[in-house]
Amino acid sequence: MTTAFRIHAADNVATLLGDAEDRVEVRGEGGGALALLEPIALGHKVALADIEAGAPVVKFSITIGTASRSIRAGEWVHLHNIASSFDERSGGFDVVTGVAKDVRYD
Amino acid sequence: MTETFDRQWTGYLRSDGRKGVRNLVLVIYTVQCAAFVAHAIAAGEDDVQVIGFPGCYDNQYAIRLVLSLARHPNVGAVLSVGLGCEYTQPARIAEAVEKSGRPAASFFIQDAGGTRSSTEKGKAIVADLRDRIRIETPRVAMGFRDLTLGAECGGSDGTSGLVGNPVVGRLFDRVVDAGGSAICEEIVEMIGLRDVILARAADDRARGELETAYAKAEHYCRDVRQYSISPGNFAGGLTTIEEKSMGAFAKSGSRPIQGVIKVGEQPPWPGMWVMDSVPDEHFMQFGYTNPNDTEGIMDLISGGSQIVLFITGRGSVIGSPVAPLVKVTGNSRTYSRMIEDMDFDAGRVLAGEMTLDEGADELGAMVADIAEGMPSKPEALGHREYFVMYKHQDTPDLDRGCRNVA
Repeated sequence: MTTAFRIHAADNVATLLGDAEDRVEVRGEGGGALALLEPIALGHKVALADIEAGAPVVKFSITIGTASRSIRAGEWVHLHNIASSFDERSGGFDVVTGVAKDVRYD
Repeated sequence: MTETFDRQWTGYLRSDGRKGVRNLVLVIYTVQCAAFVAHAIAAGEDDVQVIGFPGCYDNQYAIRLVLSLARHPNVGAVLSVGLGCEYTQPARIAEAVEKSGRPAASFFIQDAGGTRSSTEKGKAIVADLRDRIRIETPRVAMGFRDLTLGAECGGSDGTSGLVGNPVVGRLFDRVVDAGGSAICEEIVEMIGLRDVILARAADDRARGELETAYAKAEHYCRDVRQYSISPGNFAGGLTTIEEKSMGAFAKSGSRPIQGVIKVGEQPPWPGMWVMDSVPDEHFMQFGYTNPNDTEGIMDLISGGSQIVLFITGRGSVIGSPVAPLVKVTGNSRTYSRMIEDMDFDAGRVLAGEMTLDEGADELGAMVADIAEGMPSKPEALGHREYFVMYKHQDTPDLDRGCRNVA
């Protein structure tokens, strides 16, 4: 089973060490199998617990952003559901490619 | 474990006491108009590399950067080539290089003739300079205490903060413990980590320097609305600058941070240093801090790094002039796909095949091999990308401390 690595005990997300379809084995701080609500790719993050809208998303024991809507355990955590406390621009980027959608090319 | 970091090899002694791991002739052009001739001079020549300044106008920051590369420990001699009309003066560069105890020459293309005659003249000069430094440069034993290593990350993904950068961080801890120096740049990739960074300060002075540099970087990013996180980072699983920052900062290891140096400034004493490449207040709208990875690598080399580690999760095909670039990836998939360019696979730590400490030890051995003369992969491929930026930074105090007394 693909491993999802939880770096710090305070973290509410874990990073996938491979692509996964429906479940991951959480390693590092804490452990056990976790059912995924959607496929998640290598290097991306999965929520380890439900996170309410406006609550901090924690990785490396620091706040890496806040939930822009409520997130359920097993959900992919990325641009579509968390917001940076600094960079207000990135929330509108394409969630798969990360490409900015706010600059005109014509 | 300790044996790796006790290794000694033969380096090149410069008159300022610093030691190089290469003995290069650097061809420096002073305006874009002279770039073709500069590259033609270096083409096919062993141990001859090119950097150049694109603009006709001079810029104090860029001159400081170019001079720090011209007087870098890996450089033995310099030929500076200009067209003849530009503000930046090749003869002044050659003069500054000669004062550092290195042979140097310069000429204007308009005086020498055209493309062919200037190329011939330049080739004769670099052959002569190369012969001289091969004979005249004293060889000397060196080890990790004589090294300054730089680290830059580019094309980061979710593995970079987990293993790619932490392996380099462990290596930096060992190098610092051995009496050497390490530099991290990319202060704009510390956004969100104010407290984490300040907690690493060696003392109050260092804390003050870090606090000032951090505040400036945050102000800069808000002003230009540009954070150091790119589409490839997002696609690789990084979601916010705070998350990327924490991963990027891992490459600084865990030793106390001695303070902040600016571009073109070498660490005044050994240890772990942060380099500030952000334009200074008054001119903040002029120039960018990290327009691309190559710019950051040039900055690290300007600080005297003899070797630079480049950590990339998604992969990259750049190299650097003056100091060899060593490519480290925490993503084993990237390593296999781009094996022709990647030097080190830190993804083995994620696979449970080695620990971070074993990774740092193996990477340290690779650094020692490269210091001894083994080419890194980008170096062997002939990658020598360079980028000299126009921007404004207040002039640093280049005489702070006295590194060579120790």
